[in-house]
Amino acid sequence: MSGTDLGELAARLAERARPGEHLEVAVGRGVSTSVKAYDGDVESFTSAESFGVGIRVLVERDGGLSQGFAHAGSFDPDVLEETLQDARDNAVFSEPDPFAGLAVPDGRIAVPQDLWRPELLATSTEAKIELALQLERATRSGHAAVKGVRSASYGDAASEVALASTAGIRASGRSTGCWLSVSCMAGDEGETHTGYGVAVGREPGSLDVAEVADEAVTQAVRLIGARQVPSQRLVLVLEPKLAATVLGIIGSMLCGDAVVKGRSPFADRLGQAIASPLLTLLDDPTDARSMGADAFDGEGLACRRNVLIAEGTLSGFLHNSYTARRAGTASTGSAVRSSRSLPGVGPQALAVAPGATSYEQLLAGVDHGILVQSMAGLHSGVNTTSGDFSVGAEGLMIRHGALAEPVREVTIASTLPRLLLDLVGVGSEISWLPGGSGSAALVFGEVALSGS
Amino acid sequence: MLDPHLIRRTLELAAAHGADLAELFVEDVRSSSASLDDGRVEDLVSGRDRGAGIRVIVGERTGFAHTADLSPEGLAETARVAAASARGSASGGRRVALDPPARAYAAPVRTDPGTVGKADKVELLRRADEAARAGRAEVSQVAARYGDVRRRVLVANTDGVFVTDDLTKTSFSVSVVAKGDAGLQTGRHSVGRVAGFELFDVAAGGYDVEELARMAAARAIRKLDARPAPSGALPVVIAGGSGGVLFHEACGHGLEADLVDKGASVFAGRRGEQVASSLVTLVDDGTLVGEWGYFGIDDEGNPARRNVLIERGVLTDYLYDSQQARKAGRPGSGNGRRQSYRHLPMVRMTNTYITGGDSDPADIIASTDYGVYVAQLGGGQVNTASGDFVFGMTEAYLIEGGVITAALRDGNLIGNGPAALAAIDAVGTDFSMGYPGTCGKDGQGVPVGMGTPTLRVPSLTVGGTAA
Repeated sequence: MSGTDLGELAARLAERARPGEHLEVAVGRGVSTSVKAYDGDVESFTSAESFGVGIRVLVERDGGLSQGFAHAGSFDPDVLEETLQDARDNAVFSEPDPFAGLAVPDGRIAVPQDLWRPELLATSTEAKIELALQLERATRSGHAAVKGVRSASYGDAASEVALASTAGIRASGRSTGCWLSVSCMAGDEGETHTGYGVAVGREPGSLDVAEVADEAVTQAVRLIGARQVPSQRLVLVLEPKLAATVLGIIGSMLCGDAVVKGRSPFADRLGQAIASPLLTLLDDPTDARSMGADAFDGEGLACRRNVLIAEGTLSGFLHNSYTARRAGTASTGSAVRSSRSLPGVGPQALAVAPGATSYEQLLAGVDHGILVQSMAGLHSGVNTTSGDFSVGAEGLMIRHGALAEPVREVTIASTLPRLLLDLVGVGSEISWLPGGSGSAALVFGEVALSGS
Repeated sequence: MLDPHLIRRTLELAAAHGADLAELFVEDVRSSSASLDDGRVEDLVSGRDRGAGIRVIVGERTGFAHTADLSPEGLAETARVAAASARGSASGGRRVALDPPARAYAAPVRTDPGTVGKADKVELLRRADEAARAGRAEVSQVAARYGDVRRRVLVANTDGVFVTDDLTKTSFSVSVVAKGDAGLQTGRHSVGRVAGFELFDVAAGGYDVEELARMAAARAIRKLDARPAPSGALPVVIAGGSGGVLFHEACGHGLEADLVDKGASVFAGRRGEQVASSLVTLVDDGTLVGEWGYFGIDDEGNPARRNVLIERGVLTDYLYDSQQARKAGRPGSGNGRRQSYRHLPMVRMTNTYITGGDSDPADIIASTDYGVYVAQLGGGQVNTASGDFVFGMTEAYLIEGGVITAALRDGNLIGNGPAALAAIDAVGTDFSMGYPGTCGKDGQGVPVGMGTPTLRVPSLTVGGTAA
């Protein structure tokens, strides 16, 4: 990518602040391509370049700061001007807040991250297409029971971001990322099951086509013959990627905005045991293994390692500068945002500290349980305020330490606080999700399965 | 939105190496929102997003490129990239015949939100906050959000389509947290229409934001005493309105022609067959003026249509975008939609609903001995290949001896689409449309409407924890 220097563009806009005005400018630029393969051929090939700018204005009024924000998808000078005016105008109508304000440099030195791979930009269109076609072929031929591949895709993105503010923040970074994903169907007459495989990396050479195909094929094929089972209470085993998804929900309950606004059941539990002693949960964006790794957070402060749960004890929350001021503490460098949004709070590289037990040993220790491989309705049956947790599930029964018959059309229910206390096993190998979070396999002592 | 000469030149460049179809989609979106949380008007946000997506189809292959640069140079470069991506091999281009002016569609707006002062929008939030809290000590937190968006699109293609559409949407939502001895509970209410600020003109039949806030607060407070939902298969009575989520998931997605074509739907190859109870007539209707899934033209330039998908239980049709229609050798159904100019269109629902039946809703409850009454549904999800679907209940009660009794905690229900549809044994007379929804598919979200009368499914699996 070439053209405007983003750091300069952000700094120049931030310098437009009027006296008494606090200004923060986030700019981003990216190029991306994606290839979808279907039936042995390219179904679509997409390429794009995109731009984003977000301007936050705070003005002093009545003992506080009132905030306005505007964003646009272009660096066109007229658009930038209009965006700045919109943000100013919006600040007039929000209410002054004594805790509002920009992040102030806190002296933490950012851990440099090497997230840019020139190899990705040098990869030819033909090579990208070939990866998607290979993935489609490998999945289709992965097992005799595979009936079809719904979609096999390769995608990549290279992006640059920069942030500047009147509080003295200057931050910039660039990163590359790419991924393979495939969804396949397996079964026989009158019965179809779906499997899904995904892998992410910083350059195409790090993606393993066979592994992604195998993940999807294994998931779809092992569900053949799946039936609903009677309602029962049993042990729940989550494979690493699904475990990371569930931990992500827990992570959102430990974020400053939910905590200071009384929306988290853990808000008053700092220093207390909220989970099994087996659980240590941390958010460490300085860990380069995570796709969420970064040097700076969404407000330009250094990313850092934050321990949220230490051997079962709630040891901290994640904060951006606003929620930290409200909570009477310091930002943990956990502001997350795009140029289109105001800084929120969130984990970037949430992960569990691995245990000492291998996945095979964990399974061998389960007498009566279910291995869940996919969940449905995570957005509709999980309430992070009340803590209710109820999801649709597919997977395999576990009997006497071994995987047994496949199961579908059941739900798994508990509450999020109970799940944490019911954790009885943590695996030793971490898998990472495209979103940046990672986990080992997790075993929960008891959940309610609803079936026939 | 763009000069016709520039449009023609762009299409000719896109089709320069041969194309079965070259298409230019231009979009200009302006949005504004205001949110209140924790008793304070926190954020006012304005957004502007403008750009073009160029699609070139050669055989089964689609090349697509998009840009925010609408200058002649920007569009020319994007057209070249799209053409190269489609890998047309024919030599010689084609002349594009466009017949200006573009056919213009626009949804009626009485009060353009762009002309309404921000102070008036903020005032709605404050009134909702006060109304939710007034006289209710249990209410511990209130969040409210106002939003409006104006989306203007232009579609032109080498088949001579040349149309524009102009939609303004306005929405409002309130989320309340109540605190009780057993912890925190939530209640939410949201409204949205393809309309302007008249959405809040009570005298003209608009919404009273204070009433919406009171409903959300009451919902949260009722749930403070909620008991764990039952675990297992039970009769489920679904209230009218938001209950339409059930059909969106149980069969709507499975009737999308792209999934059918790829063998990823349990409804593939079943046209003309009885796939649901004869009480069920399912319609997808993009022409319902004002509803959240309404539009004049879809994102491929085809006029919105009313499509009957299931008639008295018989599968009559699937939903199509242009590409699937071409493949099937039939006309499209006006269901090609995309999230933005950055996305390729695909088959999507619009406003999906079940038509009214002849049972008295009160009788449906009274004739249920033991079951669950779902008064408000959350979102849902479906695996179209297996037909298994879930939907969330965000306000639900036990039915005991034909009477609604205890409130139940939130959870999901799970069922199988064809089985649930076939089993429906009562459909009420009280049809209504539900709250504004966002439907997700392959990473793209589009606005959809849903509706249903009260109805009963004799057996769905309720995902609670109580024995």
